Amino acid sequence: MSAIPDQPARDKFQLSQLIYDTRYRSLTIQIFAFILLAIALFWLGRNTVINLAALGKDFDFGFLGQRAGYDINQSLIPYSSASSHGRAALVGILNTMLVAALGCTLALVVGTIAGVLRLSNNWLVAKIMTVYVETFRNVPVLLWIIAFFAILNESTPSPRDFGENGDASLLFGSIAITNRGVYIPRPTPLDGASWAVWVLVAIVVVSIAAIIVYRGYARRQQQSTGRILPVFRVSLALFFVPAVIAFFLLGMPLSLDYPELGGFNFQGGIMMRNSLIALWLALSLYTGAFIAEIVRGGILSVSKGQTEAAFALGLRPSRTMNLVILPQALRVIIPPLISQFLNLTKNSSLAIAVGYMDVRSTLGGITINQTGRELEGMLLLGLFYLVLSLIISAGMNFYNSSIKLKER
Amino acid sequence: MSEMNAQTVPYVRESMVPQAEPPVTERGAVKWMRENLFSSWFNAILTIIGLAFVAWVLMHIVPWLWNSIWFAGSLTACREIRDATWGAGAPSACFAVITDRWQQLLLGFYPSELYWRPITALVLFGVAVAPVLFTRVSRQLLWFSAVYPVAMVWLLWGGTIWPYLLVIAGFALGVPAYRIGAKAVSPLLGVVAAIAVPILFWVFVLPPLSGALSSALPIGLEAVPSRAMGGFMLSFIIGVSGIALSLPLGILLALGRQSHLIFIHAVSVAFIELMRGVPLIVWLFTASLLLNYFLPPGTTFDLTLRVVIMVTFFASAYMAEVIRGGLAALPRGQYEAADSLGLDYWKAMRLIILPQALKISIPGIVNTFIGLFKDTTLVVFIGLLDPIGLSNAIRATTDWNGIYWELFIFIGALFFICCFAMSRYSMYLEQKLRTDHR
Amino acid sequence: MKTSVFLGVLAASGLTAGIASAQSETLQEVQDRGTLNCGVSTGLTGFSSPNSNGEWEGFDVAVCRAVAGAVLGDPQAVEFVPTTGQTRFTALSSGEIDILARNTTWTFSRDNDLKFEFTGVNYYDGQGFIIPKDLGVSSAKELDGATVCIQTGTTTELNLADYFRSNNMEYEPVPIETNAEAQQQYLAGACDVYTTDASGLAATRATFEDPSAHVILPEIISKEPLGPLVRHGDNEWGDIVRWTLNALIAAEEYGVTSANVQDMASATGDNPEVNRLLGTEGDLGAMIGLDADWAVQAILAGGNYGEIFERNIGETTPVGLARGLNAQWTDGGLLYAPPFR
Repeated sequence: MSAIPDQPARDKFQLSQLIYDTRYRSLTIQIFAFILLAIALFWLGRNTVINLAALGKDFDFGFLGQRAGYDINQSLIPYSSASSHGRAALVGILNTMLVAALGCTLALVVGTIAGVLRLSNNWLVAKIMTVYVETFRNVPVLLWIIAFFAILNESTPSPRDFGENGDASLLFGSIAITNRGVYIPRPTPLDGASWAVWVLVAIVVVSIAAIIVYRGYARRQQQSTGRILPVFRVSLALFFVPAVIAFFLLGMPLSLDYPELGGFNFQGGIMMRNSLIALWLALSLYTGAFIAEIVRGGILSVSKGQTEAAFALGLRPSRTMNLVILPQALRVIIPPLISQFLNLTKNSSLAIAVGYMDVRSTLGGITINQTGRELEGMLLLGLFYLVLSLIISAGMNFYNSSIKLKER
Repeated sequence: MSEMNAQTVPYVRESMVPQAEPPVTERGAVKWMRENLFSSWFNAILTIIGLAFVAWVLMHIVPWLWNSIWFAGSLTACREIRDATWGAGAPSACFAVITDRWQQLLLGFYPSELYWRPITALVLFGVAVAPVLFTRVSRQLLWFSAVYPVAMVWLLWGGTIWPYLLVIAGFALGVPAYRIGAKAVSPLLGVVAAIAVPILFWVFVLPPLSGALSSALPIGLEAVPSRAMGGFMLSFIIGVSGIALSLPLGILLALGRQSHLIFIHAVSVAFIELMRGVPLIVWLFTASLLLNYFLPPGTTFDLTLRVVIMVTFFASAYMAEVIRGGLAALPRGQYEAADSLGLDYWKAMRLIILPQALKISIPGIVNTFIGLFKDTTLVVFIGLLDPIGLSNAIRATTDWNGIYWELFIFIGALFFICCFAMSRYSMYLEQKLRTDHR
Repeated sequence: MKTSVFLGVLAASGLTAGIASAQSETLQEVQDRGTLNCGVSTGLTGFSSPNSNGEWEGFDVAVCRAVAGAVLGDPQAVEFVPTTGQTRFTALSSGEIDILARNTTWTFSRDNDLKFEFTGVNYYDGQGFIIPKDLGVSSAKELDGATVCIQTGTTTELNLADYFRSNNMEYEPVPIETNAEAQQQYLAGACDVYTTDASGLAATRATFEDPSAHVILPEIISKEPLGPLVRHGDNEWGDIVRWTLNALIAAEEYGVTSANVQDMASATGDNPEVNRLLGTEGDLGAMIGLDADWAVQAILAGGNYGEIFERNIGETTPVGLARGLNAQWTDGGLLYAPPFR
């Protein structure tokens, strides 16, 4: 290489090389870009400082420790209006994660079912699913959230209808579906029997561990001998049988706390607010429509020959699906699925439309509005979403790489 | 043999029996239903559930729609008409709100005597996108498509024509600047010149010149402020400008992310992840609440413009990821072939790589467009009067306080039509671009 | 001269977008611009909402028009900027709007911490409750355990928390973004009680299918002096807005109406206070940098305070509010315009 005559030697460096020589040019461009970016950032920062000074504001996160003064109707951790803004933000963060987790799960279930049913040979069902997918995909999610909230409010009875004069009644005598939320019985330990509850919990944990071990064993059996052990039925039995037996042996230590109409509302039981349900359903069905298309595309991407080959080997349709089609389709499905989950998480920030107190409504809404700390509040909010997105995509990418076709 | 047969077989059919109808279960509607609705007990159950569901939905919606009232001055009047016609409390839609306010829902507060301008802009928009969407349309029209954005802004916002002409002139100046720069020194300098000269022209020459020309020859349209634009037109403006601006930016970001220059790569990745990781609504709040902190004191610029910029950034990050997928899907051989032909980076990208990569990513690009268009509804949270914002404002008047579904159905239908059309177009493209035969 | 969007893009990229120094007179800017940028609510019955011609109407809107009349001589030269509870303060502090007339409660922290100047009170309000009659509730003290709909982004959620806390009662807040949405929730029974400013409650109840089935509880749990506000730092502008509002109030006190104001202003009358107000005597206008007939123009925009009240939210309108605290001090109300001298 050094013999090439037009390659200038290192000691005869000329300034023009910075532009003409490809070895240095990339460096020149990068340094130039870096300087531009640095100037831009400095300019923005300087403006911010000047503006803050002009408005008489400072950059201070102290407001997070101040008394919030507002109430939040749904909170996974203890919270009252005397708590701090920081705690209100935490309540919001947990609420965002709650609706995101619920939404992703349901969206996956709905999307998979709809995607498979769209390929069904049942004409009516396939058409219904097409209508579902097209209407949900092509109308803004904000409208769906508002619509679901309104449907829930208008079609369900209000708590006062459950009184003497009302015409509504509890579902199965224990579940109250009202236009404020759904109340279900809460299992509570009998007096002095809390130890028995812990025993029950321990048994369930052991059962789950046993199921995982059994599944691993079944997979190894299949891989080494080809024998397929029943997995689903055994798992079900492992999960329920010990727990049920223990429940009766321990003398039924749990009782149910039924929701009862008292005063304005139902008291007792576990309540799931309508705002959460509406947001959850709307996000799940909206995202589910996209996932349905992804699943359908994934299944269609597996060539027909694979199915035919599996049939030729004598596999039953369900086995064909589980052992041949799905593993191949999953590889196509997972990457777009990740971005759908991310979208759902981000769309949960529209919670404000139904008054669900997610992090955007608490930290990014009421707190900013009461304290006037837009800059700090929005910064924290953006940071939270960024970190959440990065965590979700990192986790899903990890899963994706574990099922990816190992190529050379 | 034939004689033998003639004796042994007492009867031989001499003419074809007319073809019998298939059994009743194997023909017509019954067969279709057997195959498509009741092929197995599971399918039968599904069908019955499906029928019940459809019937239930129709039962709730049809009477309400059937009893629609289309002409009334207010919700109270609507209720009176309903009570008189269908009896008190009967389900009845009051679409009179749409007949009363449809201009607002579509065009916001645009002066009604100037309605021809947005309508013309929309028609011209159709003409401008036709050559982009369909290859059969004459290529000559692409020149019109290139000029259209400036023409659209002029038609909608009005004012004298000079600044707009000078903006186009600025673009035109870029071409000779590139030629001269490229010939005199290097292609890189040409690119720099092609970017710098128009910007310098716009910043330093345009304002005084257009001012002078405007006062000398005030040719133009009546100016309309951004505030007057609302309703579906606002969604459309934000959506279309976001779409048009995010594509080039997205391509640059995708190239940046693929770049070997470490710094450029890092900046592109950071920008893309930052934009994608944070919800659009947070960015919109940033645009409305925070942008003033970042700009020199006293700067104010149009909220609609701020929103367009934010939406563009947001969409371009998504666009970059879609195009990156297209770039990654190209076989390595294409890159190597371009290198071996001795093309420099920009030529290789422009002539070999991008045309193929963009073609692969078109369906994804269209899907991003659809998402962007739907996301324009979020501007309601920062106080812009998009259709949903207007529906709130309409419901705040004493006439229409309390109306609900009619407005949302109307808005939903508008969005559905646009997005459905786009998704059908994307499917058509996919069909057209599919070169394998499976 | 209006900058177009396109120019804006260019200017922004050239980093020179319409730089105006923060110290400059708002009045000068408004007069150069020829329009007043006025922040209003995105829609609140009786206070601000667009009619079917796209013109904004309402009680708050009338304040903007009066200021535009005083400053520009043309009550139509107002650009209304709809703001939400969240964006209103930023819009004002960033200079996007010159004046915010959006049912904003005058509080200590807003005045001082958020750096705004309240220029008076155009409506004395208080937070109240509305509840269906058949629940048999007659006092807010009986609301223990109730579900309460509130509008977010306002002072009402803080008042509510304080009230229930101090009375040792439990409640379930249901925060809602807009009044229209909250009303729909309340009617569907998703909350037992709806709480907002009493004026809003009356306006909301007026549009119900059966208004008599709902009662507004007697308790008013907070003081809500609502008024227009401007930025800190431009006292002259604040004075203009303050005295325009005072002029409307004083006009009612002295019987100056939109019908007779031009007659009264055409010649010096008997009442020196009215003469000074209408500019036929003295030069009050010049003291705040306006024409001598500034108050005449303000009153011509929509009449005096009483006329504005009656036309937008008074007892003859569907909103049907009584004057109550908002009567003149001579009638037992709180409206008390300082002397024009």
